[in-house]
Amino acid sequence: MHFDMTLILFLGFIAITLGITAWASRRSGSSASFFAANRQITAWQNGVAVAGDYMSAASFLGIAGLIAFFGYDGFLYSVGWLVAYLTVLLIVAEPLRNAGKYTMADVLAYRMNPRPVRAMASLSTLTVSTFYMIAQMIGAGSLVALLLKGSHISFTVAVSGVGVLMIVYVVFGGMLATTWVQIIKAVLLIAGTILLSVLVLAHFHFSFVEFFQAISQVTYHTPDGKVVVKDFMTPGLRFKLPYGPLELISLGVALIFGTAGLPHILVRFYTVPDAKTARYSVVWAMVIIGSFYIMTTFLGFGAATIVGRDFISKNGGTNMSAPLLAKVIAGDVFFAFISAIAFATILAVVAGLTISASTSFAHDFWTNVIHSGVERKPGEERLVARIAAFAVGAISITIAIILGPTANVAFLVALAFAVAASANLPVIVFSIYWKRFNTSGAVCGLLFGLIGSIVLILIGPSIMGIDAATVVGAARHPIQHVPIFPLENPGILSVPIGFAGAILGTLLGKKDPHAIQRFEELEVRANTGLGSEKATAH
Amino acid sequence: MATLKTTDDNPNLEKTKWDRVQEMDEFRLLILAKKEFVVPATVFFVVYYFALPVLVGYAPAFMSRKVLGPVNIAYLFALSQFFMAWGIAFAYVSAAKRFDKFGAHILETLKREGYDDKQDGKRGL
Repeated sequence: MHFDMTLILFLGFIAITLGITAWASRRSGSSASFFAANRQITAWQNGVAVAGDYMSAASFLGIAGLIAFFGYDGFLYSVGWLVAYLTVLLIVAEPLRNAGKYTMADVLAYRMNPRPVRAMASLSTLTVSTFYMIAQMIGAGSLVALLLKGSHISFTVAVSGVGVLMIVYVVFGGMLATTWVQIIKAVLLIAGTILLSVLVLAHFHFSFVEFFQAISQVTYHTPDGKVVVKDFMTPGLRFKLPYGPLELISLGVALIFGTAGLPHILVRFYTVPDAKTARYSVVWAMVIIGSFYIMTTFLGFGAATIVGRDFISKNGGTNMSAPLLAKVIAGDVFFAFISAIAFATILAVVAGLTISASTSFAHDFWTNVIHSGVERKPGEERLVARIAAFAVGAISITIAIILGPTANVAFLVALAFAVAASANLPVIVFSIYWKRFNTSGAVCGLLFGLIGSIVLILIGPSIMGIDAATVVGAARHPIQHVPIFPLENPGILSVPIGFAGAILGTLLGKKDPHAIQRFEELEVRANTGLGSEKATAH
Repeated sequence: MATLKTTDDNPNLEKTKWDRVQEMDEFRLLILAKKEFVVPATVFFVVYYFALPVLVGYAPAFMSRKVLGPVNIAYLFALSQFFMAWGIAFAYVSAAKRFDKFGAHILETLKREGYDDKQDGKRGL
């Protein structure tokens, strides 16, 4: 019964978002409106949309599951996702808004030789966005398999459905429709999370003491049937020595430096009228994202104490912790509601990824690298972006279906953050703040960061490992060898590699008087908003 | 390249304009004021944040100490990170009001001296 209910709720969400897309499509008649929603999004709207763009299924289902199974160590995950926004707020958002037009590459191209820099930045953007997207889509497919067990909706149908919807949002509705899909999703996600949290607290008679006491004595069975009682407030249930703490620090590095280099987050700051609005929108996003991650305490620990590890293991595993909590605490209808929110969550994130990838392809690669910065006929950039969105969507659907529901996708997300932190962030920061920075520095920084991240992941435990003969299919490590690099997340090493590449490339390259002169202009522009892109009427 | 030529197309107007702001005392003050806030704030939040995984990873016994009923130091420190982030964000917003005033004043001076901001809204990109 519950999957019919989920389906009805989800169809309702689709109907509303398609309605918005139809409305937005009538208003997106220019490039500024298609790529940047005419720069008329307000601070709170953009803040909510950033939150909707950012809080993925990994946050909602993944972290709740980690806390349910590993207690405090899972909650540690939550912290970095918010603190990372300080980098966005203090260092990147305002200069980016003032100096750029549609993509992060605009800021690099402002000072450097635009063709090589844009080509590299576009490659890096497409890498981050498509890897992240494939992870999300496999997540969506697996989720359907779990949530709608017994229904006739298969992994392939679910992946294709999500893919087709995101293509429709982006191709027809552009940035305006994407923004509103993200806003609605964020509101639903927060509403669902608050409701679940209140229900968990009600279960403990609204007593924090009772709640935390229950967390201190969580009972479950080990695979060989022994009864274990553990204090879930204690650190170290997941991250054990020797590499556990390093893994945590490395993840922290990737989050703190990577969030401010995620192309789908950065493009959101071009949708607001000015830098001041961009600043306020980051603060809005921080309030929402922070509240959400604090509430993962109730979702995760609630699942650990009320539902229990044993029951979750038998009914779909870690990722099902939050939906199962809803089911146990409030019944099938609420389970359906939470499941529908999980789908909406994935849809909004993939739409954001699609528009940032296709904008970068059209604006950076097509118009500026191939055609020297001039549109050959009006509307060409938009047309190319629409075709690119279609292609990116089709490629992601195909790869997700080939990899299948059992593929280990955590490393794809780690890769996206590592590339954003190691390739994108160093060159963004140096472009804005380092006078001597030049074209060879930018190209080397992007190249070192990109290659460094990819190689370290390829030789790390996500790809390399020795499996027992009982492990079969997609769950097996692709390379049967002891991992050469011990950490799943390469940030701790790849971020310094990216910075080193940018510095070395700059110092080995010639001093570039043009880049230095343009730095003076960029400094004025970034700090005063002089000459920045203005909001347009529609 | 359209991007490269703009400055050369109209060297007098363009160069004077950016240079004019660069040589204003107010602009130097603005850059300085921003640095005075952003640099210490960034150093502080990076150190405060990485203290969490370092302490949890390498001093788990200390972090497991219960200080508030069943709640231990580790959880309180993790929770404090959220309020630290919000605190810095709000402090920045209030400090930035001063930066905005500097900025507005600089643009006013420019306008008074005969520069039209709209004229080169599209330049450079």
